[in-house]
Amino acid sequence: MAKKEDDKGTNPGLNTPLLDQLEGGPWPSFVSDLKQWSETKPQVAQLLNQLEESYENRWNYWTGTVLNVSGYGGGVIARLSDKAEKYPDLAEFHTIRVIPPPGFVYSTERLRNLADICEKHGAGILQLHGLTGDALALGFDNESTFAAAEELMANGWDLGGSGAALRSLQCCVGQARCEMACFDTMKTTRFLTNHYIDFLHRPEFMYKFKIKISGCANDCANAMIGSDMPIMGTWRGPMQIDQEKVAEYIEEKGIEHVIDNVITRCPTRCISVKGKQLLVDDENCVRCMHCINVMHKALKPGKDQGVTICLGAKRTLKIGDTMSSVIVPFLKLDSEKDFENLTDLIDRMWEFWNDNGMDHERIGEFIARVGLGTFLEGCGIEPDPRMVQSTRTSPYINFEELAPGNFEGERTQQPKAWNREPETRESTS
Amino acid sequence: MSATKLAQRDQGAPDYTKCLHPAMVKNYGKWMEHERIRPGVLVYTAENGDKLYTVRAGSPRTMSPITIRKICDIADRYCEGFLRFSTRTNVEFSLTKKEDIEPLIAAIETELGFPIGGTGASISNIAHTQGWLHCNLPATDAAGAVKALMDDLIDEFENENFPNRVKISTSCCQINCGRHSDIAIIVQHHHAPRINHNNMQICELPKVVAICPAAAIRPSVVDGNPTVEVVAEKCMYCGACHGQCPSMEIRDADTDSLSIWVGGKGANTRGGPSLMKLAVWGLPNNPPRWPEVSEAVRTILAAYREGAKDWERVGEWIERIGWQRFFEKTGFPFTKYHIEDGPNAMWTYNRSTHVRI
Repeated sequence: MAKKEDDKGTNPGLNTPLLDQLEGGPWPSFVSDLKQWSETKPQVAQLLNQLEESYENRWNYWTGTVLNVSGYGGGVIARLSDKAEKYPDLAEFHTIRVIPPPGFVYSTERLRNLADICEKHGAGILQLHGLTGDALALGFDNESTFAAAEELMANGWDLGGSGAALRSLQCCVGQARCEMACFDTMKTTRFLTNHYIDFLHRPEFMYKFKIKISGCANDCANAMIGSDMPIMGTWRGPMQIDQEKVAEYIEEKGIEHVIDNVITRCPTRCISVKGKQLLVDDENCVRCMHCINVMHKALKPGKDQGVTICLGAKRTLKIGDTMSSVIVPFLKLDSEKDFENLTDLIDRMWEFWNDNGMDHERIGEFIARVGLGTFLEGCGIEPDPRMVQSTRTSPYINFEELAPGNFEGERTQQPKAWNREPETRESTS
Repeated sequence: MSATKLAQRDQGAPDYTKCLHPAMVKNYGKWMEHERIRPGVLVYTAENGDKLYTVRAGSPRTMSPITIRKICDIADRYCEGFLRFSTRTNVEFSLTKKEDIEPLIAAIETELGFPIGGTGASISNIAHTQGWLHCNLPATDAAGAVKALMDDLIDEFENENFPNRVKISTSCCQINCGRHSDIAIIVQHHHAPRINHNNMQICELPKVVAICPAAAIRPSVVDGNPTVEVVAEKCMYCGACHGQCPSMEIRDADTDSLSIWVGGKGANTRGGPSLMKLAVWGLPNNPPRWPEVSEAVRTILAAYREGAKDWERVGEWIERIGWQRFFEKTGFPFTKYHIEDGPNAMWTYNRSTHVRI
């Protein structure tokens, strides 16, 4: 494959015939970029040469280790090269996780500042962003990790989460540039990050805990299947309908289009068309956003907005995939008191999980083990039918109210069904 | 809300209000509608009539300061010094002057070489993991696989020619950091870990035993030293122990292979979120360009584009036409390995007489 003409990667130390095949083609090439950069930073040439060996042998040459900045229990992903004799600059070659501004928004001044610090102390390679929700800076040895962390902190940056800790939060662009966002995702992200910064920097959980925040059910932050606790924008009461724009849309697209793409696609069949008007059975709307996505000028989320909070998603390792399920059907998230309600809820869930969870057990795995009913009771959350798709099918149940007490014969619960006065039964007949 | 008091060294999340384009600050929470001007270019209109144009470009995610500074130069010139990255690692340039859109796009294309697109019913940038570049566990690469695949799918990034958006992810080990997507490429191992008994002292043995989901790992002694043994017939090759202890080597360059999974979805739209399911297994781990993976992905995409209704995501399309038709349309074989096992397996079987005959 032909190299790009503007490729300046001519570092004589480079020997990467396989990686060179990733330089042509229309998609921007990280290989070309890093080759050019290797003229400034010789360790990047060693990085590419080691990567070339991985391509050649289909083998990895990094070993993980632990390195912490003073006062922090995470935020550095420490790597040692197995080929340090050949590539001495890779002997210690760590990644620093940096908490990005919520919504991944940057001023060029801040982004240049981040790049400058990373270039000054390390290899300067940035990844924007990792699936963890962090800005990743690659290529620091032990000493330069400490120096870079101090300079980052002096410039208002902070280290992200790693290990058995709260991880860096992530959110969609939200109200900064989207009419669908039902609450302030950026404010919530920054508030929770700062409120729980201790749990983020100093791991004390059973295992990791991820919070991701999306302004509506479309979930642009990948929260539902990518975080332990998705906070999702929603509303209560009727959605907003501009019937004039509905009529315009129907005239433009035709009634068949509306039937095929809006009416029949509603998961609860709660939307119908009458003439050139849309009728919505708001009581049965589950706020899935589909009709709003299709007719986004005519339909909007309702005005009384808040969040639905779910819990428990993780990917497959160990017990298999878990998906998030509803833990709070609706919560307002405007006032100071609302945010106190949110942190109070998180505090109680964390306490019960960490008091009773097993090592390396995510909160979703914990709930799968003990049951959602037990979890709710442990956290002091009232059961709500909106938390389940259906009631249970197994009849084997420990009804605490109906149990005959312990084996010593002491009755611990009253009243028992078989212990009631006969007239009680008669009175109900 | 009251400001949270941070400890002396804790900085917390940066102040986003200082990182927002002035038009975003002015119209925060007051946006009214959006419109797509062309693939990759959207206009947002606020209640007061203000307009903000956004141009989305695909980035390689891994970037040197040279590229970062070029991005900043362009944002300084056209976007009042502000920019944003999307969840799927696209870079977004926002501007208020409509006449600057074309010069901005020209600058992005010539100075950065980034393509414009990734919006609406297109293939957005591929969410990916760290791979051989910097992870301690991978059996394949990430950034290189993405580069090779996106070279192949560039037309689908730059146009919006699908029934709905298609999200793709890659994962370079069985932990699957790439997560669920419409189409996901993951690596798989095919035998129990090889144990380096000489190096077990670096690991916490009780943790290695406890982490095995198949209860296949037992304490053992080799040459008088404490170590573990693996009951090979119980092992399901997930690599959980390898993450816990590097001496439990699960990878094998000769036998590791790639598989493709379809139908994952995080959005709550219509039927709600869904997990991805196995489509194709046993593809070779073939750097530097993984052509077999590209071909299989293209096959799935062609069948999806041909058969899905508007707004159906890949998983919804398969759910409607059934897996039988999916395998017919794509030509991939359906094998016994496509059938779930494990505790919840029976819920994935066809528990009715609903059969397309």
